[in-house]
This record gives sequence, C-alpha cells and structure tokens, in this order.
Amino acid sequence: MPYWLRCLRLSLDYGNEVDWMSSVSTNTGSVEKGPVLVAMSGGVDSSVAAALLVEQGFEVVGVTLKLWGGASDSGCCSVSDVDDARRVAQQLDIDHHVFNFGDEFDQFVVDPYVADHQAGRTPNPCVECNRHIKFDKLFRRADALGFDTVATGHHARIETDDQGLLRISRGADAAKDQSYVLHMLDQTQLRRLRFPVGHLNKDDVRALAGRLGLRTADKPDSQDVCFIHSVGGRQTFLGDRIPLRPARLVTTEGEEVGVVESIELVTLGQRRGLNLGGDTDRRYAVDIDHATATVTVGERDLLMVDEQWVEAVEWSEAPVDGPVTVQCSAHGRPRAGRIESPESGHAASVVVRWDDPQQRVAAGQSIVFYQGENVVGGGIAANRP
Amino acid sequence: MVHYLDHAATTPVRPSAVEAMVPLLTEQYGNPSGAHRMARAANRILDDARETMAEVLGAKPGEIVFTAGGTEADNLAVTGVLDANGGTALCSAVEHHAVLDPVEHHGGVSIGVGGDGRLDLAELEEVLTQTGSEVSVVSVMTVNNETGMIQPLDEVIELTRRLAPRAVVHTDAVQALCWLDLSTATAGADLVSVSAHKFGGPKGVGCLVVRDGERSLGFEPLLRGGGQERGRRGGTHNVAGIAAMAVAAAETHRQRAVHVPRVAALRDRLADGILADVDGAIETGTRADKTANIAHFCFPGIASEALLILLEKSDIMASAASSCSSGAMDPSHVLAAMGYPRDLAFGSLRLSLGYGSTDADVDAVLAAVPPAVARLRERG
Repeated sequence: MPYWLRCLRLSLDYGNEVDWMSSVSTNTGSVEKGPVLVAMSGGVDSSVAAALLVEQGFEVVGVTLKLWGGASDSGCCSVSDVDDARRVAQQLDIDHHVFNFGDEFDQFVVDPYVADHQAGRTPNPCVECNRHIKFDKLFRRADALGFDTVATGHHARIETDDQGLLRISRGADAAKDQSYVLHMLDQTQLRRLRFPVGHLNKDDVRALAGRLGLRTADKPDSQDVCFIHSVGGRQTFLGDRIPLRPARLVTTEGEEVGVVESIELVTLGQRRGLNLGGDTDRRYAVDIDHATATVTVGERDLLMVDEQWVEAVEWSEAPVDGPVTVQCSAHGRPRAGRIESPESGHAASVVVRWDDPQQRVAAGQSIVFYQGENVVGGGIAANRP
Repeated sequence: MVHYLDHAATTPVRPSAVEAMVPLLTEQYGNPSGAHRMARAANRILDDARETMAEVLGAKPGEIVFTAGGTEADNLAVTGVLDANGGTALCSAVEHHAVLDPVEHHGGVSIGVGGDGRLDLAELEEVLTQTGSEVSVVSVMTVNNETGMIQPLDEVIELTRRLAPRAVVHTDAVQALCWLDLSTATAGADLVSVSAHKFGGPKGVGCLVVRDGERSLGFEPLLRGGGQERGRRGGTHNVAGIAAMAVAAAETHRQRAVHVPRVAALRDRLADGILADVDGAIETGTRADKTANIAHFCFPGIASEALLILLEKSDIMASAASSCSSGAMDPSHVLAAMGYPRDLAFGSLRLSLGYGSTDADVDAVLAAVPPAVARLRERG
C-alpha cells in the first residue's frame, strides 16, 4: 500500500466526524470500478476528488485543461497550476495529462463573453465553460480515450430522485455550492459524472488534503473569472478586444446626471462605479440602452418586478411547472416563485412569477430552478419580449 | 514490451558510453583544470574526447567547445557572434527554438520554407541581397527535428559567402549526427552544434565547433568564469559526460553505414503502412530528402495529444514534436511555417527510430495507429 494511501486510511479512521466513505460511495452506486478521468485544476478540491476516487479503488487518471494562454491570476491554467496538479497526481501515483482546449475555450467562452458585453448582456462564462468545455469537449475526449466516467472537484451532489432520475443537488457546503454553474447537465451526462467532494465541507476537504500532504491543501480558492487578470480587470480585458463606449447617466425624468466611461461595463442593478456620490447615493442602473448609449439611474424600487423571462431553458429531465426556488447568480439568495409556461407551450422559454417582487435580472445571467435541494432546470435571463 | 519511437527526442545511452562514465564519476574524479596527477588524468580524458569529437565532426581539436548540451551550443553560436561583431542574425523559420529564440531576442529575421519544409533559398537570396552587409550570422539547421528534412546547407553557405561575405554560417546539427556524416555534411559551416543525448550519450552535454581558419571570427562567451575552453565557455568540465559523448559519437560514426540503410527500410515500411491504412494521412515533406529515422504525419480530424495517450496504451512512446511549458501541446511552428493549417497541425505525429529499432516496433505501430485514429475521429 503506498504511503499516501496509508495516510488516507489512517485519516479516515481518525476523522470519524465526517463520513468520508459514504460520501463517496453515494455517487458510485451504479458504476463499476472502471477508469475515471479526473479534471484536476491544480486546486485543492480536484486534488482531493482524485485522492478519494483512488482510495475507492477506481483506476484514476488526472487531466489538466489548458484553456487560457493569456494573463491570469486565479486558479486557471497557469504553468504553476499545471505543476500543482501534476505533483498531486504523482503523489497519488496516477497518470496525469494536459489537454490543450485553448481554441475551444476562445470559441465557446471568451469570444461569446466579449460579444455579450458588447451587446449589453451580462454573461456567465463559468456556465459556458462547463457547458462546452468540461462537459462536452472533455466528455467526448474521455469517451474516445476509453473513460466511461469523468469526475471533477465541484461542490455539488448527484442524487437519485424517487423516480430514479439523477439530479444535480446542492453541495453539502452551502457557502461553496456550485450546483448553479452545473445546472445544464442532463441525464446522459450525469450518469457519467462524479463529484467526489460534493458531500464534504470545504474545511474538511482542506483538512484531508493536509493530512495527505498534498501541496494544494492551503491553496487559495479561485475567484472571479479565470481569464481576467485582477490588475487590469474587465475594463482592460474588454478594452483590448472591443471599443468601449462612454454613456450618459440620466434620471427617469431625462435629466443628465453624469457619464460612465464604458457602457459595456455597466450591469443592471449596479450602484457602485456610477460616480454618483459613492456610497451615499442610493441610485442604481435601472435601464441600459445601448442604442443611445444611455444608462437610466433611479431608486431600487424601479428594479423590482413581478415576473422574470427566462430563455434557452434546459430541463434536467422534463419541463417543470409550478413552485420552485430560483437562483439568479453564482452565490445569490434563492428566491421563491412559480414557473409558468408561456402560452406558446414552448418549454425552452418560460416566465417566473415571483411570490414577492424581486430585482430584475440582467439579461445574459443564468437563472437556475430548484425543487428543494435539487436542480430541475435553468436558462438565461431575458428581457420581456 | 515498450516500443520506443521517440529517438529524436532522446535515445538511450550506449552501454559503452555508460561504461566510460562510471569510473570518471567514482574513482578518476579529478578536475581537469587542476595541476596534480588526478587533474592531469582528467585533462587527458578531456583531450582524448576533444580529438574524437573533432574527428567525427571534421574539425580540429582546438575548434571544439564543450557545452552543457545543444541548446547552449545554439545560444552560444548566435549570441557569441552577435556580441562580438554586432549586426543581425538570419535563421530559417523551422529552426529549433534554441536557435529561433536567441535570433528573435536579438531582433533577427527568419526565412521561410516551402511546403516541403526545406528552406526557401530564393527568399534567403533576396534578404541577403538587400541586407547582406548587416548580417553577421546565418543559422540553418542541418536536419529538421520534426520532419527530418535535410536542409540545403551547401546552398546556404554559397549564398552567404557571395552576398554576405562578413557573415558566418551556423548549423544546428543536433538531429543529424546519427544519420549523416558531419565531417562532410557540415564541412563548410563555421559553427556546428551537436548534443550527446541524441546519439547515445548522456543528457546535458554537447559541443559547438567554432572553426578557425581564414574567416577571422570574433566570438564572445556566454558564460564567463574559469577560462575553460580557451575562454569561450567557463565552468568546470563535465568530464564523465564529455567522455561518454565522445565514445557514443565515435561508435555512432563507425556504425553509421550499417544502421542507416537498415533503419531507412524500417522507416519506409512504417510510413508506407500508415499511409496505406489511415485515411487521409499526410506525410510531411519529401521522404527522399529526409534522414532515415523520421516518419512524420498529419492526421486530419484528430488531436495529437489524444492519439499519444491511445498509443501509450499499446506501449508505444511517440511524440507530436511540439509542446509548451505547461505540458499542453501547441501546434508546431514548423508545420505552420510549411503552410499547414492550424487544425491539421494539431493532428501531427512524429515516429522517430533509433539504431536499436526493430521490425516488432514497426509492427506494433502499424497495428495501433490506424484503429486509434479511427476511434478518435469517431468519438473525439
């Protein structure tokens, strides 16, 4: 038995406060101990995900995706991240590869991100990366290489509901839950997927990594958009790629009260950065008109609506009507509402009627529907047609 | 059984070279720069090795500068000449990065290649005609490391002498020593780089020929220090590595006439088999202009990085001949220079043989590559 595995066993015996084994086996019920490809970002979650699968007896191979070649200071793709992933794989005595999906990342994530901003939308690139890169391109690559199963270090669970359907469910650590960015996964994908740390709290993940001596144990969590550098920020990133246009700030009465440097960086509901007197002015961006380069500012009440249109909806299984809780940003507070299918009956586009008035969601943001802890579907926020 | 088809990346150290190294690491460990008996013994080893390398490379012993490998020899050649003489550097667009990067660093210019990967002599002539008086060094590799294409070095030398008479010619011969007699193939070049681990010596040792002669060549060291190598490369000699390199070079030189036709026949069977069994396979370059050891392809519709993993499952070690620092594969600058579109360049495979390659290696590759490519096309 390799040294690290002994350590893991010992830590499992020692760490009775967390039921490590059942936390993993919940997700392995229907799968034989076939080869598993683990996406290892070089972070602590995917490091521990790989370790747990090895301990479970799977044949595990790690892969790090090289997605972004430009400046980045978060947990994505740098040479040192690849080094970390490779070193962890070596410690676990598993093979490790690097796949260059840079072209696909540009095509499906970065270019649409830029185009969305130019079109006045507020995109969620993590969702698109999951949709097109991790759970499509990587899945196909895994299949071609003979891996039935793919695992990631996401904080989410895969649960079987009372009808035998697989559901993305919130991660055990509510503060780290990533079910929102995984909402697009369908039954076929979920059958091939494992989230080995989804049942663990982040502290426990770090503790386990520490006990195993993995070099990623204390590595900070990744923040924000991986391909945007903290120094230049969105302004520099977008400014290098598209012309940024100044916009007038006007009140609802049409009185001009200021200007912003770039309308592409203004998001519905934004208050800071409008230069309207800092923290004291309680006015928000309540309407953004790209055609006339005008941002209307006003009281928060003006953002409140009774209903929200959602397009490009994908259902985990079948379309859902009726009461749901709804999450409108990566770590947003769940809101209560009812899904009403529009009169056309076209399930890819729905209206959510809020129980209480809610702030309008910027077009382009992902909106995810839950029943209890489980994702039932999700789509993209749209303006009323 | 492992089928190693990556000899162009590195090749096993010859047993005779290992045998030569061991006592120099354990018993005869003197520093050749010293004065006592053990130092003198080490210096003798060094002088013997220098003579051997000179003979294999068609140079005089005093023209051999030992380095820590091919990359250092290439950097030393380009930078050594530019630092001493000023002026600019020219190189081919398909050089190894060990030449390309220092040339670029010094503001030099690269000359294109044809679709076959051979240097575009017309472009070189044009550039030399326009800027010849400013050029101090022209660097064109003897053999390309990805495609195996032998470059028209004699023509490069002729053009340089005629159009840039004050310039010197450097050739990176790192891939060549196993397959070409460098005492003739690079005889006209002023500077020649080789690397031991490509011909059965250890990693981390190589040499640069800096020819004396009628062309008075200013030359500055990269590494200043103890004055070793006539002041052209400071640093304590890697005596064991240098001795092993000389043994490997001599043995390779001696056996070349036997190995080249045998390996060429294996390579031809390999390449013909792949062209026959893989739909749409493109063999790069022109085989008649290649060294005996390299078969290099592009497979439309697949990614090399996936193909290599499937081949590894069949115990075949190969390469796409391109990589970047993170371990991910970027499309090769060589294929780009040859005009291959990016998606085709992503599907490259280099199979490189060595003197120890066998029919069994070829059989294994021919059994594994066609179904692997088919699988990736179907599912990738």
